Amino acid sequence: MSYDVPPVEGEVEAEANEGTAGEFPLWEVFVRADRGLNHVHAGSLHAPDAETAARNARDVYTRRQEGVSVWVVPSSAIYASDPDDREAWFDSEKPYRHPTFYELPDEVGHM
Amino acid sequence: MSETTTNNQAVDESTDPDLQAEFDARLAADQKVEPRDWMPEKYRKTMIRQIAQHAHSEIIGQQPEGNWITRAPTLKRKAILMAKVQDEAGHGLYLYSAAETLGVSRDELMDMLHTGRQKYSSIFNYPTLSWADMGAVGWLVDGAAITNQVMLTRTSYGPYARAMIRICKEESFHQRQGYEIMLTLCNGTEAQKAMAQDALDRWWWPSLAMFGPPDAESTHTAQSVAWKIKRETNDELRQKFVDMTVPQAEILGLTIPDPDLEWDAEAGHYRFGEIDWDDFWQVVKGNGPCNRERIAHKTKAWDDGAWVRQAAVQHTRRASQASPSENLVLSPSDAGAA
Amino acid sequence: MTPLLTYVLRLADDNLIVAQRLGELIASMPDLEEDIAVANIGLDHLGQARNFYHYASELDPDGRDEDQFAMERSEREFLNATLVEQPNGDFAQTQVRQFLLDAYQVPLYGAMTASADERLAAIAAKAVKEARYHLERSSAWVVRLGDGTPESFERVSRAVDYLWPYAGDLFHADDVEVELAESGVAVDPATIRPTFNATVAAIFATANLTVPDEAYVRSGGRTGFHTEHLGHLLPEMQSLYRAHPGATW
Repeated sequence: MSYDVPPVEGEVEAEANEGTAGEFPLWEVFVRADRGLNHVHAGSLHAPDAETAARNARDVYTRRQEGVSVWVVPSSAIYASDPDDREAWFDSEKPYRHPTFYELPDEVGHM
Repeated sequence: MSETTTNNQAVDESTDPDLQAEFDARLAADQKVEPRDWMPEKYRKTMIRQIAQHAHSEIIGQQPEGNWITRAPTLKRKAILMAKVQDEAGHGLYLYSAAETLGVSRDELMDMLHTGRQKYSSIFNYPTLSWADMGAVGWLVDGAAITNQVMLTRTSYGPYARAMIRICKEESFHQRQGYEIMLTLCNGTEAQKAMAQDALDRWWWPSLAMFGPPDAESTHTAQSVAWKIKRETNDELRQKFVDMTVPQAEILGLTIPDPDLEWDAEAGHYRFGEIDWDDFWQVVKGNGPCNRERIAHKTKAWDDGAWVRQAAVQHTRRASQASPSENLVLSPSDAGAA
Repeated sequence: MTPLLTYVLRLADDNLIVAQRLGELIASMPDLEEDIAVANIGLDHLGQARNFYHYASELDPDGRDEDQFAMERSEREFLNATLVEQPNGDFAQTQVRQFLLDAYQVPLYGAMTASADERLAAIAAKAVKEARYHLERSSAWVVRLGDGTPESFERVSRAVDYLWPYAGDLFHADDVEVELAESGVAVDPATIRPTFNATVAAIFATANLTVPDEAYVRSGGRTGFHTEHLGHLLPEMQSLYRAHPGATW
């Protein structure tokens, strides 16, 4: 829908801040879709404790049988790499790690 | 969704030309902006505002349909309606999570909703007066929503786009169930058919207004399109919706309440009459039929829940003091299997 | 009505009425996550009710369908225990009502999976999984509220005192249950009472709550003798259906 409600008098812009904690902490939710697969980040939610967070994760993120297992992790426990370091961290090219680097005669077939 | 804003979050007030250039290049290359990337303050604020309004809309949007859960005419319809209203709460939750990646907490956003400092879609300030409204809301309001939300799956802010993908997947049944309600009513008794027509009469114009003011008067659409937050304008989306919906009404045998509605073969579009923007602005400003009730209901639920939330926090504090490691691992077998 | 039909309707009605109560709570819970959870639980109960009604429909000489059972019977014909029709009250009352029902349904369905009646056994096999999850959730809340703040303790204690006499109605047994239990079809409520008592004792102990020694049971629901609350719940639930006799929805 157009949730894009036009500005009207009295409306205030929310200020970004350092993430003021609400009453309940934030948890990141990871769901395993099926046995044999990794747990994958699905989203987040609020809960007073881990047990409630896990149950909420079940109720929120597996309403359509999306999972067979959930993990919850306090968001504050995640340390993320700095986007500014991206080049230093991730842009190191090593083409010889990839199979296409090596040219073999066609007769060899699939290898 | 919330992909953590926790450590050294980049809330950068500076307008470093290099950073700005990098941001612009990213948008130009159709790459997503991610939570900890540098972004112009104005972009951040626009994003917070839009995602919060969207989240609030989902949450307040539970009420008009929730109004009929206890009176649904069959058990099957009751189950469908409960599941749908529940989905709306879920969608609100995904969206609040996306907003939280921008450095605002859900509690702050809730407070802004409760105190009227942030808005939600005006469509939810109209009352649901008959069962047919469950059909009309699903068919028209969700139909309009989907038109908009499909566009938003390609929005430039990553967490918002991902939330929208999930939401669109889940919403695919919402419009269909609404249309099915209308279809059943239209094939039913005279009273049922009259109910369906009445619902269409009441919901048609507000549904068109949902797309927002005309492009000519919409000051922030242009900026939103430039930032690839929105990828189509209000008028474009509205036209798409009308073109899609008119034939659906014909199948139902219902009349769209617009004497000016006609097919323009040359343009390949339906032409439609003037929207009553005065009414629209009245509702946006808080003078719709249900504005006060909707916020009062929401605020009461929140206030009534205060003691529950306090109790939960208190219990957690006590339990973690008693045994600090308790609750850290859900299921040992599972955690080990990573 | 045959004893089996009566029995199946008792099972169905418990679930429908509690689902109806939970449906009243949508968008009224203390946080968003609870809103979503309460809908899940309501939907589970509604699903269980419908499964029992579908079976009842086969047993019914008039072949009434699920909606006729739900929408065309009057207060005196509903056979749910009086516990489930009690109002939602505050969050404590809602959770205690749920907890008492869950603590009863888990052993009930557990035992019913071994019923000589294959249909009942099949419905119970699905329902017992849901009931276990419900019990986990409601137990956690009873503990949190009991072991939370003075206010939450006060509220949850009041809810226990209020609801306890109605919990006894879950264990009502007349000839219907007793005879069907003898043939291995029904679960004799007396056989699951010890499990219920043990669950309540354990959770209440953790929650610092006292199990009431009140012996009075406000019973009658199973034979259509209800509290006044049901007479308000039903007209709301049935109003639209009854306003359009014979209509399809």
